[in-house]
Amino acid sequence: MRKEHLFGKKPDEIENIARELALPKYATRQLIDWIYKKKITSIDEMSNLSKQVREKLNERFDLGLLPPVKEEVSADGTKKYLFPTHNGKFVETAVIPEKERLTVCVSTQVGCKMGCLFCMTGKQGFHGNLTATEIINQIHSLPEKDKITNIVYMGMGEPFDNLQNVLESLEILTSGYGYAMSPRRITVSTIGIIPAIVRFMEESKCHLAISLHSPFEEERSKLMPVENVYSLTDMIKTIQEYDFTKQQRISFEYIMFKGVNDMPKHIKELTRLLNKIKCRINLIRFHPIPGSPLRPSDEASIELFKNSLNDKSILTTIRKSRGQDISAACGMLSTNKDLKI
Amino acid sequence: MKLTEIRILTNTCIAKSTYLLTFQRHFDFIPGQVVGISNSHGQDPRLYSIASGNKDKNISILYKVNPEGLLTPDLQHLQTGAPLLVTEPFGTFTGNDEPAWWIANGTGVAPFVSMFFSGMTNNKTLIHGNREAESFFFSHEFSTLLSDHYIKCSTVEKIEGFYQGRLTDYLARLKEIPVSIKYYLCGSAEMVVDTRDLLISRGIPFDNIISEIYF
Repeated sequence: MRKEHLFGKKPDEIENIARELALPKYATRQLIDWIYKKKITSIDEMSNLSKQVREKLNERFDLGLLPPVKEEVSADGTKKYLFPTHNGKFVETAVIPEKERLTVCVSTQVGCKMGCLFCMTGKQGFHGNLTATEIINQIHSLPEKDKITNIVYMGMGEPFDNLQNVLESLEILTSGYGYAMSPRRITVSTIGIIPAIVRFMEESKCHLAISLHSPFEEERSKLMPVENVYSLTDMIKTIQEYDFTKQQRISFEYIMFKGVNDMPKHIKELTRLLNKIKCRINLIRFHPIPGSPLRPSDEASIELFKNSLNDKSILTTIRKSRGQDISAACGMLSTNKDLKI
Repeated sequence: MKLTEIRILTNTCIAKSTYLLTFQRHFDFIPGQVVGISNSHGQDPRLYSIASGNKDKNISILYKVNPEGLLTPDLQHLQTGAPLLVTEPFGTFTGNDEPAWWIANGTGVAPFVSMFFSGMTNNKTLIHGNREAESFFFSHEFSTLLSDHYIKCSTVEKIEGFYQGRLTDYLARLKEIPVSIKYYLCGSAEMVVDTRDLLISRGIPFDNIISEIYF
């Protein structure tokens, strides 16, 4: 019989387990603390539970933690970890150090279904959703766990194509019983699945990032097939219904492709499209992938694009490329080679 | 998305785990568009391409049962008269009269079925990949009208007159692939990405490739 994982369970589920095992009421709290607050690797280390209780737990459960099986380090200090999943697949997680921050970029799916033209993950096809346990494991099982300041859901996969597990993982990360992280330190990125955006806005206080990459629908549809289903117009209309002037923020990701989306008409249309939304645009350098017809915009064009948007009062920054030498940069994550490890 | 209750007219198993579901058409649509379908309020609608002509009396959708899916395991058991919730049609993966190649695997052929039955058949080539003979839906109709411009690629069952192998293998073996026409791809992410890469490697500009991926 396959054991259930304790890690990833919510208080009500743990309370049910405690009840089923006829444990005293306070054992629920003890179990939660062992799972999320303390650094243990097995149920046997839950030292304030009796041996008999631990044996009972061991019969049906394990912690469900999976340490990384591989680590690569970039010249710029970025690290990329290879995490196994419970069904024998793999995902990559990037850890990006900055001056006063340590950001973890987590994956939500093995591969991706979205097929964006510029993304390496999409080239490996889709091999399954990660569970909430597997999403949080990428944080909990990191050697740098205690130093993490920010989390971005921008790794492999489309988070909003696995929304239920993403929301469950966010709850554990932000709840007092879990990691008690501020939602303001967590950003979830999507390519724009509108019904999922609506649900996310209703259920989460974490920041939202949207992959935009073109302000023109037809052009965007050639880069991102999702545009053919959920249009930019409808997405912007949906976003305008929410208030981003307070704690929760929205940003737009914009990878710059030479001669495709880096022209003055794009600046003009972006200004028109986003003028009623309090937002930030992150310009991202394109990291070419094999067989791609797209090329990165040159530095001067990116700088000009940024300045022009800032002049039009749209806060725009250029995101630093990190971990390119170990294929950990934006759009480069892939475990295609590891599928048969 | 606003949901409207409709009643199922037919829900027929047409191939292994694959069903054709029909209901009365209450709205206009552009061939290639999708509808969201749900069997209860509170459940997010799942998207399906319309697989019928835009002048037909009824709307059809093709679906394959995904044992781990949220909708299709129940949907397959619904009988005539059962209620279902449907969104209005939407999406821009739509056809026109320009010359094009339609490339699909599995139930990804649905939008092309709609374009075909809406009369958008001039200068079209359909390349459909599937596992066995019974899964080449509407094969008789396609063969009759598209003739040599209907290519069936069977990956499992060996069938006379079919290309034996994946549709990407078929495309890779072609000596010439027209550069200036549009390519419409629909189906699994893997097929769409592999086919798009192959077309780009053969000199097709990426903005001549229009894709829809089932997710």
